[in-house]
Amino acid sequence: MKKPKFKVDKHTLTPKHAKLSEKEKTQLLERYHVTSKELPKILKTDAALREMDAKPGDVVKITRKSPTAGESVFYRVITDV
Amino acid sequence: MAEEETSKKTEQELEVVKQAISGKEEKIGRIEREEQHIYKQVKSIVFSVLSPKMIKKMSSAKIVTPELYDKEGYPVDGGLMDIRLGVIDPGLRCKTCGSKLKECIGHFGYIELARPIIHVKFVNIVLTLVKCTCRDCGRILIPDNKISKIKEILDQVEKDSGVEERRQKVKEIIATLKTVNKCPHCKSKQKKITMEKPTTFIEEEKRLSPIEIRARLEKISDLDCEIFGLKVPYVRPEWMVLTVLSIPPVTMRPSITLESGERSEDDLTHKLGDIVRINQRLFENINAGAPEIIVEDLWDLLQYHVTTFFDNNIAQLPPARHRSGQPLKTLTERIKSKEGRIRHNLAGKRTNFSARTVISPDPMLELFEVGIPFIIATKLTVPERVNEWNIHYLKQFVEMGHDKYPGANYIIRPDGKKKKITEETKEASIEELQPGYIVERHLMDGDVAIFNRQPSLHRMSMMCHRVKVLPGKTLRLNPAVCTPYNADFDGDEMNLHIPQTEEARAEAEILMEVQTQLISLRYGLSIIGCTQDAISGNYVLTKDESVKREDAIDLLSAVGVTDFSKLPRKSIVTGKETFSVLLPDDFDYTGHSRSCDRSKEKCDKDAHVVIKGGKLVSGAMDRNSLGEESGLMLRNIHQKYGKDFSINLLGKIFRLGIEYLLRIGFTSALSDTDLPESARAEIKENLDNAKKEVDSLIAQFREGKLDAFPGKTMQETLELKILELLNKARNATGKTVANHADKRTHTMIMAESGARGNLLNLAQMAACVGQQAMRGKRIEKGFSQRTLSHFRKNDYSPEAHGFISNGFKTGLTPSEFFFGSMTGRDSLMDTALRTPKSGYLYRRLANAMQDLKVEYDNTVRDASQKIIQFEYGEDGIDVSKSEHGFINVKRIIQTIA
Repeated sequence: MKKPKFKVDKHTLTPKHAKLSEKEKTQLLERYHVTSKELPKILKTDAALREMDAKPGDVVKITRKSPTAGESVFYRVITDV
Repeated sequence: MAEEETSKKTEQELEVVKQAISGKEEKIGRIEREEQHIYKQVKSIVFSVLSPKMIKKMSSAKIVTPELYDKEGYPVDGGLMDIRLGVIDPGLRCKTCGSKLKECIGHFGYIELARPIIHVKFVNIVLTLVKCTCRDCGRILIPDNKISKIKEILDQVEKDSGVEERRQKVKEIIATLKTVNKCPHCKSKQKKITMEKPTTFIEEEKRLSPIEIRARLEKISDLDCEIFGLKVPYVRPEWMVLTVLSIPPVTMRPSITLESGERSEDDLTHKLGDIVRINQRLFENINAGAPEIIVEDLWDLLQYHVTTFFDNNIAQLPPARHRSGQPLKTLTERIKSKEGRIRHNLAGKRTNFSARTVISPDPMLELFEVGIPFIIATKLTVPERVNEWNIHYLKQFVEMGHDKYPGANYIIRPDGKKKKITEETKEASIEELQPGYIVERHLMDGDVAIFNRQPSLHRMSMMCHRVKVLPGKTLRLNPAVCTPYNADFDGDEMNLHIPQTEEARAEAEILMEVQTQLISLRYGLSIIGCTQDAISGNYVLTKDESVKREDAIDLLSAVGVTDFSKLPRKSIVTGKETFSVLLPDDFDYTGHSRSCDRSKEKCDKDAHVVIKGGKLVSGAMDRNSLGEESGLMLRNIHQKYGKDFSINLLGKIFRLGIEYLLRIGFTSALSDTDLPESARAEIKENLDNAKKEVDSLIAQFREGKLDAFPGKTMQETLELKILELLNKARNATGKTVANHADKRTHTMIMAESGARGNLLNLAQMAACVGQQAMRGKRIEKGFSQRTLSHFRKNDYSPEAHGFISNGFKTGLTPSEFFFGSMTGRDSLMDTALRTPKSGYLYRRLANAMQDLKVEYDNTVRDASQKIIQFEYGEDGIDVSKSEHGFINVKRIIQTIA
């Protein structure tokens, strides 16, 4: 498939997605006392992950602008289906 | 061969069942032995079809006779009320499990059908199966080489998009098979099969009997079944044609004994009786070698009875009826629709100790009270347990009887027996009463009640009130609590519930009392506040008014104040001083009133509300300070002095406003909309100018000289420009009206204080109603190229497209009135259509979010501990403890310093 010229993940309205390192991931899971099963999910085919070297099981950190908090941080685990 | 296969299958299936049963027995045994609960997660649920063997295995009686009872009224063995199927008579014991009435849950039975019967609920599956398999060899009409490929596709679809999609795909495949007319396996020719609803199958004009159908279904191999979505140990196609019929236990079709001593049987029992009777006759006729026609007639009749036993609402069949002509309620009707088991019994619950009537307002009630008519108070009761200290007190109620207030309706003995108190039993009841008994006494002032108005969208839609028994026939509430209930008094009805246990009362008091619901958890402001007259009254009083000291005291004592030491010792006191009496001495507050223009540093003296040391120094009380959903002053009082104080204060302020208005009189007059001659001339000139400008725009348009906006046609540009111009003109008239209107008129006071109405309403009455718009555009519907037949075609003038230049007082021209009605109807329709839509939207949201919870680490999680939000609301603020969603740091510093 030809890659489209337009990159969604670079658009201003797309919040920043960043992959967590293995260490950061375990820290995150520990902080919330959860396994990756309880985290919110993101599809591996999500447009925002297109330019990222990420595989199912990885966690992405999403930093968004928020009307209530200024900036909010969200984590999602990449899934297959 | 086919039979051999099926028996093997049933053995397999029996094994599955046996395992399940023995597993269950083991579990039950363990629970009893160790009294220990076992928690297990449900991994999957299998829905399957009962096989004839299974039906026989799970039943405890074979039913052979349609008779129900013998001469002594004892259930007949082998009849439909056989006591092996469970007991519904007191005193009898179940022959199967040995337990008594209510302990025995009932047991299934079965009848052997003389001829196979097609199960109505499966006819569609049976039809596709018969159509898609060979009539000779029973194989699916797909060549061998393609079968595996199709299976692969199906598995792939299921993996990719779920079972639902797989079923869809199966349907598509089946649709292609219906045209195949030669079996790819045995090469035999296929005949066309049609179904005549509900249960008759026809193969090229020859009728297929259920026996033939069943024989064909038996021939289908297990592997072929899987393509149709039937997995073999659970479902075999031939089970969809019944050879034995399962009989439900008597406990699910109990008979009722009428007052005359006659027994009236349940609808299901009636239907089953029909089935058994016809079945017996069919057996007899077959055994006697009766002619084929008679047998077939009986067979069809049996088919009809079995069909209506499952579903009595089949379009092509006349429903089976009682002798009275009312249709029987059989299995499907028991479950289906609004009156069915699910929506009526499982999702819908009913309650005792509740009341419902029309509501009406009573501002003299406290906010947390509810006025209850005597008639209701003598019907609703509160149980009180007798002990040695209250026995005398409770005997007084019993003494009064059930019809005099305050009396009691029932006494309950310690063994749970309920006794009604009547004139005759009264004396005996009083004698009998001793500690341990319970007296159900009438509702009295101060009792706890839960008050509710539907739709209950909020937690504030159900609040706990204190009972106040009043004369009259309506439920009464303080008008200030209308907002949380969203109630008005145009005929609204509300519900009242009386908690019956100590726990329920405590819970209602602590969690649901009106006081606890003052601050909205949606936006962090007071939802309960002053409304309408209460705002106007306080506004007038605190604006520039001064009253005689005696009048002020009269006013305050009417409100419920007894301590007047705060009122200055002058013969004439100001309204502000009078109002300040209500405020606590150490209360400080600064805020803006509605007349404050926040852009300017300094504005009118009354624009800034300043309260210092419990004295209203400047500013008039209006909606910004007192109102519901905005009252900032109320929010601050709540923060500092707590709920009980603020609810008491709010009630007083509310009554102060009303009492003051009562004394001065307050009304809205026609003359309020009068304008001086100069103002009218100004408005006229203004509108004329606008019309002229519009005319010139239209002229430009006709000449084609109008500059179109980018991306718009010239016509659209014209419309936009006209709309803008006319809006500007209307706003200008509004301003003129505002400048010239007499500020002292009551209409203006209402608008200024925010009690009711606004300047726009006044301008519409006094000067000009303005442009009527539908869907953001001028009115354009109606006749071809014009709105009404009164205008020329392609008339773009304001008056031809719904501009109303008259005010309501001067009156509208006929065409103006028509345009007004158009938008009026449009908005009426809009609300009528939107309400159910938004209601459904809300329901879906509420159901989706119902058990989300904020955990101690500030995350929002669902019932399975899955994280929904990492920080509640992204900022972790509890809105109900904030001011409008924000934390006012400045105020906190001020209060600390």
